Amino acid sequence: MTSALRIVNGRIYDPAHGVDGAVRDLCISGGRIVADVPPDARRIDARGMVVMPGGVDIHCHIAGPKVNLARKVQPEDHRHDVHLRTRVTRSGTGGTVPSTFTTGYRYAALGYTAAMEAAVTPLGARHTLEEFHDTPVIDKGFYVLMGNNVLMYRLLQEGRHEEFRQTLAWWMSATKAYAPKLVNPGGDEFWKGQRNSNVTGLDQQIAGFDLTPRKVIAAFIEAGNELGLPHPVHIHCNNLGHTGNYQTTLDTMRIAEGRRAHITHIQFHSYGSVAGKSGDNPTSKAHEISEYVNTHPNISADVGAVMFGRSTSMTADAPLAYMLRRFGGGKWVNADTEHESGCGIVPFTYQDRNYTNALQWAIGLELFLLSDDPWRMVFSTDHPNGGSFMSYPRLIRLLMDSEFRKEQMAKVNQQALEHSGLRDCASREYSLSEIAIITRAGPARLLGLTGKGHLGVGADADVTIYEEDADKEKMFSTPRCVIKDGEPVIEDHEFRAEHEGRVFHVAPDYDPGIEQVIEPFFEDYYTIRFANYPVADRYIPHPQTVPTAPQAAEAGAVPAT
Amino acid sequence: MGDNIRVVPDATCTFCGCVCDDMVLTVDLDQKRITKSENACVLGKAWFKEHAIEERPFALVDGREATTEEGVEVAAQILANARFPVVYGLSDTTCEAQRVAVAIADMVGGCLDTTTSVCHGPTGIAFQGGGESTASLGEIKNRADLVVFWGGNPAEAHPRLFTRYAVTAKGMYTPNGRKDRTIVLVDVRRTPSTPVADIFLQVKPRTDFEVLWALRALVKGRKIDPSIEQRTGISLAVLEDLVDRMKRCRYGALLFGMGLTMNRGRHFNAGAILALATDLNEFTHFVAKPVRGHGNVTGADNVVSWQTGFPFGVNFSRGYPRFNPGEFTTVDLLSRGDADAALIIASDPASNFPKAAIEHLKCIPVINLDPKLTHTGRLARVSFTTATYGINVPGTVYRMDDVPITLRPAFDSPYPSDEQVLTSIRDRVRELLGGNRLPAGDPLAGVAVS
Repeated sequence: MTSALRIVNGRIYDPAHGVDGAVRDLCISGGRIVADVPPDARRIDARGMVVMPGGVDIHCHIAGPKVNLARKVQPEDHRHDVHLRTRVTRSGTGGTVPSTFTTGYRYAALGYTAAMEAAVTPLGARHTLEEFHDTPVIDKGFYVLMGNNVLMYRLLQEGRHEEFRQTLAWWMSATKAYAPKLVNPGGDEFWKGQRNSNVTGLDQQIAGFDLTPRKVIAAFIEAGNELGLPHPVHIHCNNLGHTGNYQTTLDTMRIAEGRRAHITHIQFHSYGSVAGKSGDNPTSKAHEISEYVNTHPNISADVGAVMFGRSTSMTADAPLAYMLRRFGGGKWVNADTEHESGCGIVPFTYQDRNYTNALQWAIGLELFLLSDDPWRMVFSTDHPNGGSFMSYPRLIRLLMDSEFRKEQMAKVNQQALEHSGLRDCASREYSLSEIAIITRAGPARLLGLTGKGHLGVGADADVTIYEEDADKEKMFSTPRCVIKDGEPVIEDHEFRAEHEGRVFHVAPDYDPGIEQVIEPFFEDYYTIRFANYPVADRYIPHPQTVPTAPQAAEAGAVPAT
Repeated sequence: MGDNIRVVPDATCTFCGCVCDDMVLTVDLDQKRITKSENACVLGKAWFKEHAIEERPFALVDGREATTEEGVEVAAQILANARFPVVYGLSDTTCEAQRVAVAIADMVGGCLDTTTSVCHGPTGIAFQGGGESTASLGEIKNRADLVVFWGGNPAEAHPRLFTRYAVTAKGMYTPNGRKDRTIVLVDVRRTPSTPVADIFLQVKPRTDFEVLWALRALVKGRKIDPSIEQRTGISLAVLEDLVDRMKRCRYGALLFGMGLTMNRGRHFNAGAILALATDLNEFTHFVAKPVRGHGNVTGADNVVSWQTGFPFGVNFSRGYPRFNPGEFTTVDLLSRGDADAALIIASDPASNFPKAAIEHLKCIPVINLDPKLTHTGRLARVSFTTATYGINVPGTVYRMDDVPITLRPAFDSPYPSDEQVLTSIRDRVRELLGGNRLPAGDPLAGVAVS
């Protein structure tokens, strides 16, 4: 076990406990935050420094089948951004889709200690967990793609709601996932079976089924809430990227009817149109979207901000990637997974002079600046879709430093700015405490990870120490010290130790009899045997099974605060 | 047969890239052999039959019998003292072993290459150039109404590709199996696969690229001169008919083999067929897939890619991964006489590499891990006997469509797994080097910072 530590003289930012920059000691022992440690415990002097919980990324793409395809397809992206091995750490390559080891080290080197892979096919769960094993330092988990699942559609179509819920629970357990993910629900059957077309509205009939996206979304929200999952259904709405799509987004949020739902990379779903013309350039509807989220506490969202420069669009929304291919102009990957998902990958560059790209950038900032509740509108770039996680420090500076933001606004397409409301919220600046909320405390709370995102006694000792700097990009780029599970893995900006993080997953209870419903479908339509489908425990050397609400109640645990 | 019989259902055959996971194995535990392998094809049956436990030394060092531990010590000394070692093979072992092999190459600053470089390496290069539209085999089973096989002979090389996945397999939108599909076969000669096809295109040898490019042109509505027939052996009318079928189908699949990738044109051929599938997506849903040979060569591609960013042909001597096929691929680097040691896992280059490469292998210390004594094992300085993956060793294998499958071993082997031997070597090399070896000089010289 790790030795005891006392961090002294640091300014502590722990918004979950209302601590806003107070100078006090922080004690660590046995991998957790404790009230006190013996006087001979090792001391880390954090004078002039800011102490925060480790960062928690609620939505990124860092491991699994589609990520590996995106890695393989971009050797040019690796060549100019290499990651050297040290005596204790492995080598790798970077770019917008870094190799696994590099991903772990670079997240840690930004002060992040947990990251959630946001879209994994159930069949790709095993692959994802293997990559997690080679992604050091940080804790990880993944969301499993369920929104185009053919068996789930059949059960829903036949009105078998109880079996639908049981099957969802089985699938979450069998894949060791953390949350169910819906991506463009209904789109895959059009894409794979109807000559690459797509679903366009929530009430359109899904090809081959007596179902609509609205029915699918409602059923998953209901089942996710009934199962008491620590993180609710994570929704990538229909019509991503399309002009005028904000109505779909508002309608999707309304489907929840007061139940919990998380809308991801909401920036990509906040587009209006000029005078109702869908073919024209998009406009910003950040105001309408923010207003809805601000006034509906059952809804949470991550922004999915766009940052200029290279990115990789990788998504289970295959028709979207095919559309982007026209703008990317080069490589395109499509990968279909039987009965479960589609996938598209396009290397992409966001340009500040481009109207649409500049508008997307502005909308991302607007959504942050219009948010009344940082606990529910949290930080993301949908790495690497809106931009690499390596751009997080710059995005933090854009939020904290209005002068810097104005300078950047002057450089982008001005017509786009006119169609956004960014100039109207120009004066707001995020405080360090608010940054701590949107980058760690908020995501941890939305995920139901009670040991993360705060520095109270009993919390996991994931702590980042930043040197204060007027330049917030610089400050958040290079933390001086990063402590993971009580172990200082980075000190004086250098890696001191290798560390294997944990994998978070859920295991909701289900009636084993449900397998009688699932197995025949496998016999008929899958190419892998039912018995070989569930992922064995040994794929997670360091698991943390996060209880569902009923499981927590049964165990007498304190529910997430 | 003894009385000590065990039946293993849902076992996986790792002989070829089909990685069928529906084997029912009957095991004689006393004799340590598989007596029956239900559902296996002729190749799978032979694979299971021939991997009984043989009486072999755990290791041979300089031709003398040795323990595994003694072998590990010598192997670690070789690797720790080498300046430019190559780690090669890996297509017939588990991902768990592959991960350790890449770690060793990284630690010592050597080269890492897999048998991909001598099979579908050109497909990997073509993929890097343009991407691909692809699918899991289940999509082909359930949806494909047009399947084109190009440059391969699955009837003999991947028998169950036809029955389990792509020709007679029945699925959701192909309930009548074979009757719901049009099968096209393109090859330079008739093979036992030919009879399965509705349409057979016999292309003249070394003209695959021209045929593919003509198809691309026709898909895009361009004119092709009828002289294409003299050049390729395929008439314009046949090409036009094929293009018409490809555009009209609901879900099309192009499955291609080494007849395309190890032929004149190599990655140009692979690029052409991937591009043809991509082009067809303007009209309908179309995918393309390389038909992979070895049981876990797809796993090797995946592991090497996630650890380094590149699929094969990787060099670590500057302290970070560099990819350069032709320079860091094993045939080339041995033929040039570059490597000063070789760690060869689950592969037998001494039986199938060019003469110059084999001659160089004979001049350098070679470490070999294999369940069988191979040509490479015979010329190796250290030769480990390891247990067979899938039959004795658990772990993970990736099917040719990137679907990972967990192995269910049938019986125990007295020999260690590749992963166990490699882990011991890695740990001992780390001790000898005091951690990862750091490169001399400025490691970033020559890296253009973008």
